[in-house]
Amino acid sequence: MALLDVRHLVKQFGAMRAVNDISFTVEEGETFGLVGESGSGKTTTGRCILRLIEPTSGEVLFRGQNVLGFSGSELRQARRNMQIVFQDPYSSLNPRMRVRQIIEEPFIIHRIGTRQERRERVVELVRLVGLDPASLERYPHEFSGGQRQRIGVARAIALNPSLVIADEPVSALDVSIQAQVVNLLMELQEKLKLAYLFIAHDLRLVEHICQRTAVMYLGKIVEMGDTRRLFSNPQHDYTKALLSAIPEPDPDYKPARITLDPARIDLNAPLREIEPGHLAAV
Amino acid sequence: MSIDKPLLRVQDLTTVFTTPGGRATAVDHVSLELRRGETLGLVGESGSGKSMTALSILRLVQPPGDTHGGPIEFNGRADLLELPERDMRAIRGAEIGFIFQEPMTALNPVFTIGDQIAEALLVHGKATRAEARAKTIELLTAVRIHDPVRRLRDYPHQLSGGMRQRVLIAIALACQPLLLIADEPTTALDVTIQAEILDLLEEMKERLHLALLLITHDLGVVAGHADRVAVMYAGRIVEEGPMRDVFLAPKHPYTQGLLASIPGAAPGQRLHAIEGTVPNLAKLPPGCAFEPRCPQRFELCSTAPPPAYNVGQGRAARCYLHKS
Repeated sequence: MALLDVRHLVKQFGAMRAVNDISFTVEEGETFGLVGESGSGKTTTGRCILRLIEPTSGEVLFRGQNVLGFSGSELRQARRNMQIVFQDPYSSLNPRMRVRQIIEEPFIIHRIGTRQERRERVVELVRLVGLDPASLERYPHEFSGGQRQRIGVARAIALNPSLVIADEPVSALDVSIQAQVVNLLMELQEKLKLAYLFIAHDLRLVEHICQRTAVMYLGKIVEMGDTRRLFSNPQHDYTKALLSAIPEPDPDYKPARITLDPARIDLNAPLREIEPGHLAAV
Repeated sequence: MSIDKPLLRVQDLTTVFTTPGGRATAVDHVSLELRRGETLGLVGESGSGKSMTALSILRLVQPPGDTHGGPIEFNGRADLLELPERDMRAIRGAEIGFIFQEPMTALNPVFTIGDQIAEALLVHGKATRAEARAKTIELLTAVRIHDPVRRLRDYPHQLSGGMRQRVLIAIALACQPLLLIADEPTTALDVTIQAEILDLLEEMKERLHLALLLITHDLGVVAGHADRVAVMYAGRIVEEGPMRDVFLAPKHPYTQGLLASIPGAAPGQRLHAIEGTVPNLAKLPPGCAFEPRCPQRFELCSTAPPPAYNVGQGRAARCYLHKS
């Protein structure tokens, strides 16, 4: 059984279908990439899975149980296992709370541990994400962007989740700091057997850390499969255009630019198997 | 003008901010040269001083920032820093065009894009009101906006991010500048739109024989579009040279670290991260600003900021490793 099984997910905002009938699975311990440009529906998908936004229809099965049918208390319970790291480390931490309170809050909400146990666990967590426990009494504004994102990661992994939805977790950070946070995410995955739904627009990064990837375009998944196969043998026009547009830091790389003609894309084309483990809507 | 004489030559440009937290040198003795038809990629992370360098050249730094040093030689003038503000105003937008990062906020929401392009022409006396419309249509066509006659009457909110950036390029090029400063022109855009805008900038550079100062944090953008590159760290240019040479054999440990930190080489492996964080400009270490993060540091590095050493044809690096 897949850890996460999303089936025919739809989210309608007024006349617009932000997420238009998408299905995919995330296995235990896997990093699954969801890529696309702004407005493709990737962030909405992540939020629908956690029911931070209520989906219009479809199913979200977490270890076989339909999250969309959960009552309030069942959902709270499920969210111990499904956490999120947000894009913006500047707005996703409460500026009036000390780092200790931010990381301790999930334990208090879920009524876990005694005061003493919680304190010890918070220290353990900040060490795990590479911060100095001496900084626990400080406020978010006293930290750099990369350090704040480490705080956000510590909060997300506090309750030992099985799935972390990482929504553009490094795109607000500088290049040299991005690598630090990506390494942290990879290290935590090995230690804690986490699965990531990694939402990103940076294809180089997705190629680096995701075992499987789905490409979203206007609310649809247009191509999905083993990351290496998808990158080396893209089938959908949109995937091809996206890959040809990546600015590579290689002076000898002169890509043939493939421009997309939106009129030529049939959004109703179903996904079909191109090769084992590689689907495309062509 | 002879082919070898730089259009822009900046020497020892320095901009200091005096704040309650101390004196922060945002631009620290920056020197650079740019010829017509050439693209210089100015790269660095946030706070490295790359945008502040552009603002300093344009003399748009606001107090408490103070720009001194120089000279800034430009197009036959001995020093832009010495010009009266009135003369400087005639240069900005006319001889030097500029594009800033945010296509969402750089346009005035209450004027049509036709009016905003025409304004650039009228302010600098490059067209009469009667000619402005035709010239505006010509410019919109040049930046490949479809159906320009109809688009003239559009307001900024009716355009996508990519279209707005095209309009800003049209405004920047309206007066046929010699130098175009593009500060993160594609950072807010999606990757496919970014590629189109960068191609358009390159085409315009060729067509108008512009000097292009391309400011970006993205080494991929530099590799695709720059002839030469200057890498900034903590207000200083730490390495510069022909783009190919710098990318294939970087000499400064910071440049080496930046290039190595980009994903791509070995999927699934740890990335090569640069440890630590960018230093506080008001509390720089006494020696090389990169010293606390540098994997190759040695005793000399913490003594004084290193001078620029020659490290090859047209190349320089501020690093004691190259002290011969």
